[in-house]
Amino acid sequence: MSAPTPPSLGAATLLVAGREITTQLRSKAFLISSALLLLAVLAGIVVSSLLAGRDSAAVPVAAPTAVAAQVGELKGVDVQQVPDEDAALAKVRDGSVKAALLPGTGSVPRVVVLTSTPQAVVDALTVTPKVDVLEPDRAGDGVVRYVVSLAFGLVFMMAAITFGSTIAQNTVTEKQTRIVEILLSAVPVRALLAGKVVGNSVLALGQITALVSVAVIGLAATGRDDVLTLVGAPLAWFVIFFAVGFVLLASIYAASAALVSRMEDLGAVIQPVTWLTIAPYFVVVFFNDNPVVLAVASYVPFSAPVAMPVRMFVGGVGWAEPLISLVLLVVATVAVVLLAARIYERSVLRTGPRVRLAEALRRSAG
Amino acid sequence: MIELEHVTRTFGERRALDDVSFVVRRGRTTGFVGGNGAGKTTAMRIVMGVLTPDAGQVRLDGRVLDPATRRGFGYMPEERGLYPKMKVVDQLAFLARLHGYDASTARARAMDLLERLDLAARAGDPVDSLSLGNQQRAQVAAALVHDPDVLVLDEPFSGLDPIAVDAVASVLVAHARAGAPVLFSSHQLDVVERLCDDLVIIAGGRVVAAGSREELRAAHAGSRFELVASDTGWLREVPGVQVVEFAADEAVFDADEATAQEVLRAALVRGPVRRFGPVVPTLAEIFRELMADGAVHDGAAHDGAQVAA
Repeated sequence: MSAPTPPSLGAATLLVAGREITTQLRSKAFLISSALLLLAVLAGIVVSSLLAGRDSAAVPVAAPTAVAAQVGELKGVDVQQVPDEDAALAKVRDGSVKAALLPGTGSVPRVVVLTSTPQAVVDALTVTPKVDVLEPDRAGDGVVRYVVSLAFGLVFMMAAITFGSTIAQNTVTEKQTRIVEILLSAVPVRALLAGKVVGNSVLALGQITALVSVAVIGLAATGRDDVLTLVGAPLAWFVIFFAVGFVLLASIYAASAALVSRMEDLGAVIQPVTWLTIAPYFVVVFFNDNPVVLAVASYVPFSAPVAMPVRMFVGGVGWAEPLISLVLLVVATVAVVLLAARIYERSVLRTGPRVRLAEALRRSAG
Repeated sequence: MIELEHVTRTFGERRALDDVSFVVRRGRTTGFVGGNGAGKTTAMRIVMGVLTPDAGQVRLDGRVLDPATRRGFGYMPEERGLYPKMKVVDQLAFLARLHGYDASTARARAMDLLERLDLAARAGDPVDSLSLGNQQRAQVAAALVHDPDVLVLDEPFSGLDPIAVDAVASVLVAHARAGAPVLFSSHQLDVVERLCDDLVIIAGGRVVAAGSREELRAAHAGSRFELVASDTGWLREVPGVQVVEFAADEAVFDADEATAQEVLRAALVRGPVRRFGPVVPTLAEIFRELMADGAVHDGAAHDGAQVAA
């Protein structure tokens, strides 16, 4: 009988986590759905940039050489040089350009159009005073704010539900097949729980990081640097918040699932944590224009991972605010993980009818 | 040596184990026999620490079991369980690694066991694609993959064909001979009889008989003998002989040892004796006798009725 030294708690946790990860990475369903998700994000960015590009397609105008030289490059306007004024007018009449720029008064040319005035041309020629904004309202556009809130909320909800349910299902599978009895004859209960949470957190964080990377690369590649500067910091914080916030939810998923012994009972028992996972999405989608609700939500541990990045995108968040919120989240996570470990430890070997929560907290295992 | 001492466990109103004590010796296979609901699984789960006893304790070599010691145990639970979608060899290697083997040794051990259990050809298949018999072999392998110091198997032979029974049995016996206490439960009394060195018979949560197979059989042998010779009709006339069964050239009779020896001598004088010897009851016969003797029966534990002592 030459059994080797059993692995330490940490080593056992890593082994369990490794199994969770490799099993998931070998699953075709997981790989396909992840690839589709990444493609969807990429497609969204490309399509939105194409739409944005079409709006600002340069308006063709014709101008005699002298005027063309005078106006130089105009934003949103494609200036075509023609020999003289008549040639320019002819192009307006045959519709090949929207307007002709003719010598006007002073440095501002005269604009001749056929029927309607292209706003872009007028805008380009209008001299506007230089304005310095001291406190820019960066996301003043309600639509943009809505879309960004939706994106953060949706990504968080989908990733947390996907990997949270995986933890819950694996926990019940282990109970249902009783492999948990074999596993626990090898490793401590805590290693089993920690390994599950760590493994799926790594996967979830990996997926989130991949999504964020694709979004950043996509925005950079399509020349949307303006958007990138606005969402860069919130995105980075989102990843950090997600890493902690997911562990919080994951431990609740595991503890909830440990209460039941059959897959049929799983839905009912994980309903509360499912609501906790979905709630942040509704908060930011419905209240993204309500600073008070958003501010409160950005400090509540369950909604902070979504609400704080959204607030940062909207603007007006002090540098210390995300740090304070993160500390609150970490404290809440540690407390919940300890509680979840207790419930998990006392329930995972109990088969048969659903274990009542109070009972799991009170009674010892067996 | 594993020792259960006065182990009692109650589920609600039902007393599943009532002051159960027995030993499982090193180097020997111990068969755990009893009807449905007799308490076999409960006792095994208590040995494994999956359940805690209400009273009593379990020792290994004199020391009360703790989780660290139990980590050296190999266990096959009542309900079969391995990860359904995981490949057999990956699964076994994973379990071996949880016990502390490095990756390559773990894999080598897994493959070696699969060879010995005739399952090597299916090593790369997911567990849920295997037949029930093969899943069972994989389950036995899972209990053995870390070279356990103690082996506890709940019904390792159920659902196996005779060839698979032999494959599993040879692995278990080899493991016992290497020095481990091996405890397994079974309904298949013929298998238990063939395989076990020691026996523990349990009914209604109480141990009704325990000891080595030979001791048990001898204890229940009584004084019954069998004689096969050219003519046995004269036996009826011998004083002190009670004929139980009789055919032309074959008789089964009860007598004390001295009378039986006289019968043999008399038979040899009368003609050739083809067979003579004590009739040793089969395990199945002993089991039925015990079940009939006691007020205990299978239903007792189910109904929650207290077993009359």
